Amino acid sequence: MPTTMDKQEIRTLIAGRVARELKDGDVVNLGIGLPTEVPKYLPVGVSVVLEAENGIVGAGPASITFSARYVVDAGGKPASAIPGGAFIDSATSFGLIRGGHIDATVLGALEVDAKGNLANWIIPGKMLPGMGGAMDLVVGAKKVIVAMEHTNKGRPKILAECTLPLTAVECVDLIITEMGVIEVTPDGLVLTEINPDFTIDEVREATVAELTIAEPLGSMV
Amino acid sequence: MARDKMLDLEDAVAKIEDGMTVMIGGFMGCGNAHVLIDALLEAGTTDLTLICNDGAVPGFGVGKLVEQHRLRKLIASHVGLNPEVGRQMNAEELEVELVPQGTFAERIRSGGTGLGGVLTPTGIGTIVAEGKQVVEVDGREFLLEKPLRADVALLSGYKVDPFGNIWYRGDTRTFQPVMAMAADVVIAEADMIVPLGSIPPEDVHTPGILVDHIVKGGDW
Repeated sequence: MPTTMDKQEIRTLIAGRVARELKDGDVVNLGIGLPTEVPKYLPVGVSVVLEAENGIVGAGPASITFSARYVVDAGGKPASAIPGGAFIDSATSFGLIRGGHIDATVLGALEVDAKGNLANWIIPGKMLPGMGGAMDLVVGAKKVIVAMEHTNKGRPKILAECTLPLTAVECVDLIITEMGVIEVTPDGLVLTEINPDFTIDEVREATVAELTIAEPLGSMV
Repeated sequence: MARDKMLDLEDAVAKIEDGMTVMIGGFMGCGNAHVLIDALLEAGTTDLTLICNDGAVPGFGVGKLVEQHRLRKLIASHVGLNPEVGRQMNAEELEVELVPQGTFAERIRSGGTGLGGVLTPTGIGTIVAEGKQVVEVDGREFLLEKPLRADVALLSGYKVDPFGNIWYRGDTRTFQPVMAMAADVVIAEADMIVPLGSIPPEDVHTPGILVDHIVKGGDW
């Protein structure tokens, strides 16, 4: 896809747009990778409570107050609990997750399709990291936001139907890429915002699933 | 209450025989029972089925049990940070059963709390559902996920009193409270052995009645 953006600019754009989806006070679980950059871009006056599924409500960055020997985040990296935070056990953590107590989860995807089906945990024969907490998160969180590059080196990831084994069925609410913002609706995918660096035709070319174009079509930047 | 549960490390890991099923708590190695794991390696115990959230990372925690080929089977939710798990799996040296993390916690919890399993929406419509019973409750579909139990659970507590009451530090609590209820024998390593009564009852995360043996930990 012709774009002048480098990898980090793409990440910044996507993470920045995801940040604008979050509301003050939301309880949010962020997947590893790009989603962890989202808090950097929260608008002024918006603060969210980060949940790490391994047992932190109110997760914060590594800090000298918390020993890395005893506190890590869901990526296994040194972390902390912010003032007012809590450490909980895994059964409670996934009770929060499945029980609808998490307002939003942001995670990457290998494939998403027109029905909001998500595949992000296995490429049979190639990559089998395991689903970790992803299956529970996308089933239980009130809002599921997929944050990812629009294509995999030009190969579309937003398909009419997922080809890889699913993480969950009809679970995705919103797809945010460097090309635009796509809502999953009962009538299929709707492009609600576009990155002005791209034309609608370019977005359609990079997307296998049929796209309805919202009117008016907003700008994601 | 102060029945002496203290054991030497060697005697503690001698409770684990080749071929047994072992639960170890923690997350990506953080909160693993590191001292017990090292003693288990030293003892040469092998052919184990390990129930642990993940394969940790190379050279750390349960990752060492994988590397030294002590496992026949691993039941986990995530193994992506330890490439040796994938290698052994592809070489058919290690059987891996992947379980969604929330389901993993609930299967262990039901194993320790007298339940016949749990009904969860997680995994419906995915390969996780293959071969499992789907139960409809009030119009919504759930998977019946069966209990998990082990012969031995190895726990890692920060403060442990002589009765076995445990206070876990930071977010090392993870699956440990449910594992403490789901194994026939429970061995806790203590970063600090504290006097009976010094953990306020309100702060006891795992009550000592569940803990059979205590070893001195912390040195790793």
